[in-house]
Amino acid sequence: MPEATTIRLRDDTPCMEPAVTLEAFAEQTNAVAVRIEPGGDARELLAHLDRLARVDIAFPAFTDGRGYSAARILREAGFAGELRAVGDVLVDQLAYMRRCGFDAFAPDAPIDMADAEAAFARFPEVYQSAADPRTPIWALRHGDGDDR
Amino acid sequence: MNLITGNDLKTGAVTWWTGDGWSTLIEDAVDAGDDAEAIATREEAARRVNVPYVVEAAPGPDGTPRPSHIKERVRALGPTVRPDLTLKPDDPQAIEQVI
Amino acid sequence: MYAYDRYDQAMVDARVAEFRDQCERRLAGKLTEDQFKPLRLMNGLYLQLHAYMLRVAIPYGTLNGGQMRMLATIAEKYDRGYGHFTTRQNIQYNWIKLEDAADILADLASVEMHAIQTSGNCIRNISSDHFAGAAADEVADPRPYAELLRQWSSFHPEFSYLPRKFKICVIASEQDRAAMRLHDIGIRIVGRDGELGAQFYVGGGMGRTPMIAPLIRDFVPLDQLVTYSEAALRVYNRYGRRDNKYKARIKILVHELGAEEYTRQVEEEFAHLLEQGVEPPLAELERIKGFFELPSPLRHSREGGNPAEGAVREESGPPDQVRGDGFESWARHNTHAHRNPDYVSAIVSLKPVGGIPGDATADQMRVLADLAEQYSFDELRVMHTQNVVLPHVAKDDLPALWQALSDAGMGTPNADLMGDIIACPGLDYCSLANARSIPIAQRISERFAANGKEAALGELKLKISGCINACGHHHAGHIGILGVDRKGTENYQLLLGGSEAEDTSLAKITGPGFDERGIVDAVETAADVYLREREDGERFLDTYRRIGMAPFKEALYA
Repeated sequence: MPEATTIRLRDDTPCMEPAVTLEAFAEQTNAVAVRIEPGGDARELLAHLDRLARVDIAFPAFTDGRGYSAARILREAGFAGELRAVGDVLVDQLAYMRRCGFDAFAPDAPIDMADAEAAFARFPEVYQSAADPRTPIWALRHGDGDDR
Repeated sequence: MNLITGNDLKTGAVTWWTGDGWSTLIEDAVDAGDDAEAIATREEAARRVNVPYVVEAAPGPDGTPRPSHIKERVRALGPTVRPDLTLKPDDPQAIEQVI
Repeated sequence: MYAYDRYDQAMVDARVAEFRDQCERRLAGKLTEDQFKPLRLMNGLYLQLHAYMLRVAIPYGTLNGGQMRMLATIAEKYDRGYGHFTTRQNIQYNWIKLEDAADILADLASVEMHAIQTSGNCIRNISSDHFAGAAADEVADPRPYAELLRQWSSFHPEFSYLPRKFKICVIASEQDRAAMRLHDIGIRIVGRDGELGAQFYVGGGMGRTPMIAPLIRDFVPLDQLVTYSEAALRVYNRYGRRDNKYKARIKILVHELGAEEYTRQVEEEFAHLLEQGVEPPLAELERIKGFFELPSPLRHSREGGNPAEGAVREESGPPDQVRGDGFESWARHNTHAHRNPDYVSAIVSLKPVGGIPGDATADQMRVLADLAEQYSFDELRVMHTQNVVLPHVAKDDLPALWQALSDAGMGTPNADLMGDIIACPGLDYCSLANARSIPIAQRISERFAANGKEAALGELKLKISGCINACGHHHAGHIGILGVDRKGTENYQLLLGGSEAEDTSLAKITGPGFDERGIVDAVETAADVYLREREDGERFLDTYRRIGMAPFKEALYA
């Protein structure tokens, strides 16, 4: 994929390795990037997270929301590498994706960076605890507003 | 005959392909023949209509096209349970003709 | 009732701004209809048979006079002077312009209302008992739990692109007045050893494959409610079918996996999520509960009793008066026992004889707003039966209330009777429908008003859907009617024996369908079989359950 269209919210050096499939990863133990299709089980990676630099989660159609759960599962397990949403990724889904732990986006159709920034800034607060560091409204209401 | 119907993007109003544009009156609808699908695609791309689709119809007694399916006949008139909100509020026969 | 704080208001305002931007991008051609559709649906905006339709959320059916007045204003300012109350306790407007949609949402936001997630493959508006907080038989007011879940489900980042729509219902009594087990998740708040908790029923629904939800957890502690819901949803989001939209609801997943295996997976996910800190503290639930406390005059009855939360009382009847002008009949049918024996909940019928079920004009909405302020502590409820409730009416005020309702065409004494028909908009408004529903409801209501059998029939729940999607709950009707398309003409199937109450059951089709006139006759035939066969105290449903389908079939297809 052309790196130029990728929106990346990380400061570290991007891992440029091609991603292997979940099936291939099971046999190819030296791979550092994996790609999960919507039907793939992100939990298969949990034992190997420390040697993964990047996980691509595929969105063949933006209406298929399985990738949101996959992303959260990886973050909940402590994955700190790059989590990239790949495919039919539109500006209107970016904010939810970020909340689920994605920190890179490789959309099929380029997204204007200013539009992306506006989308990330749209909602002043959040109602739920998710895979991002934002403090939910219920915590703000009960004096738990310090930086989390 | 093949009619094309859709909704106006801004207002949502039901519209019918007239040969060179869109009308809210089925009386203005024309047979788009074999080009119907192509016209629908072209017009939607140009945002002159929203979600257009092709429907079968036959000329009615007065020459006005009469869609084969009741759904489009209701679309063409308005809700049969609110004659006052249909396109023909003063025509007591209009609803009978839909059914 | 719940009032927004600055956080809630800011979220709703942000949503209005977001949707305004999305509408502008659509109108400018920067979004295709395919891209825009899920976005507009998540803001309640459909493209229907005649125009755009906007569905406004009425969370758990509760609203105040000022909000009802805004609904009237919107009906006049942006629509054609009326609205339609739905089986999801919401309101729909049928003639909306895309250009106006964002302005309407802004007007709604000014009275703490919205249309968020009233459509789309996300968690929809959460429904509840229309007598919540007022009913004599509840262990608690279920609405604080519904509000907690409303906030959790609003803009949920993981669950906004589910396989299919997702409906949650919360009740808190043995009696089920909200079709709880016909929801994707039905929650019943229960007391166990002095502690409140939640029963979770998962995988119910109507539609093309109706299912009654099985119980998957008998007691979820209140401080794990959100976490358990999150687990139930995550299993569904990951494994619900996406290959066929007709098999995408959670009921199919639960059915295909089996309730036991689905439960196992949820429990596993739940154990994991308990470690993740997704649950709001109980203090948040307490904060929300504070908004739902009974107004202080309602807390003490004249006899000096103190109807504390959890007290279940005997059915308290309406005042004993002999007037002969229809009031008694209304008071008998259209009131429900209140926790405080000096009060009742009054049911406002939106089912006048021959009328359109659930429709109300802007003027009627304003009357309701005024009456709520005058007689019901500024509170209204929308019922899934497409009527409205004034939940807290002093018995002494009933005659005046009834007079005012009658003057506005809303005093029909027919709650739960034959004339109280649920009907979806059908082919008169809906682009999914195969047949019209409303005219059938009108003809049946007129027939039974004319033949005088309504009173003799007693409780009889008739529900009509214009297509298999079952928005008119036909599977759950004592008598159900399903409109189908038979070679381009409307045809109606008759079903018998459904119930959405605590004795939940699914209705069965009698046999071949009928045309528009025939279905009205068929309903009368079925009613006559009941009148002939019933034993003391039996409702239509009881008689059907005792004698079965055969006598009805015999009479219908003789």
